[in-house]
Amino acid sequence: MIGRIDDEIGFMSKALNLHAHRQQLLAGNIANADTPNYKAVDIDFAKALRAAVGPETPVGLSRTAPGHLQARENNPLGARTQYRQSSQPSIDGNTVDMDVERTQFIDNAIRYQFALDRVSSKFRTIDLALKGQ
Amino acid sequence: MSLFNLFEISGSAMTAQSKRLNVVASNLANADSATSSTGQPYRAKQVVFSATPLGGNNGAAAGVRVTRVIDDPAPMKMMYDPKHPMADAKGYVTMPNVNAVEEMVNMISASRSYQSNADVMNTAKTLLLKTLQLGQ
Repeated sequence: MIGRIDDEIGFMSKALNLHAHRQQLLAGNIANADTPNYKAVDIDFAKALRAAVGPETPVGLSRTAPGHLQARENNPLGARTQYRQSSQPSIDGNTVDMDVERTQFIDNAIRYQFALDRVSSKFRTIDLALKGQ
Repeated sequence: MSLFNLFEISGSAMTAQSKRLNVVASNLANADSATSSTGQPYRAKQVVFSATPLGGNNGAAAGVRVTRVIDDPAPMKMMYDPKHPMADAKGYVTMPNVNAVEEMVNMISASRSYQSNADVMNTAKTLLLKTLQLGQ
């Protein structure tokens, strides 16, 4: 029973973590909208979530000496940070497209709330089953 | 909890943008200051932004920092006014190199960016509050 609860909650918790991570990247993009040479970053959410829940773990290189570079991304679920292709690059080398970033930010916020809502309702269902009413 | 970093990121951007607004205010206020405490006419100031990675394991997300405030390299304006006490032998006064149009554009851009970041903070607050209410 506990294992099944974990299965059901686990997926949503991974999705929430990824959404929170992505929200942070998008906030960084919005914050750096006026910074020269800043390149907008994002993650491929679908791919990252599939990698997080799927059986195959993301491929990483083992580090045998302290001088080796870290091949795995430095975040909890191993989502790959990628640079955004800018449709209108500006002359100071900045690739932040404010309307794209704002849209993605709101979109991601709503998806985060949706995932929260799902977790909430899952808890309510379990609660109902436990009470046996 | 990585959502808390949003406050740090947007906060740093708001600080940087308010510094930029301060510089704009200083430039506009001194647009006609032919002399200063050093005896030289006022030179327009500009801020330099740079993306600064945050500590901890948050991937590529970056905040903003004002690395330095530079003197505008634009040439000073020369104004012909022989009666002015600061006029040189030919009757020209060196006036500050403040470009009012550029400063106004800077001001609008800074205030819009500030608003965007305040908006981001509001969203982060809503999400965190929703997370706190989880399971109730």
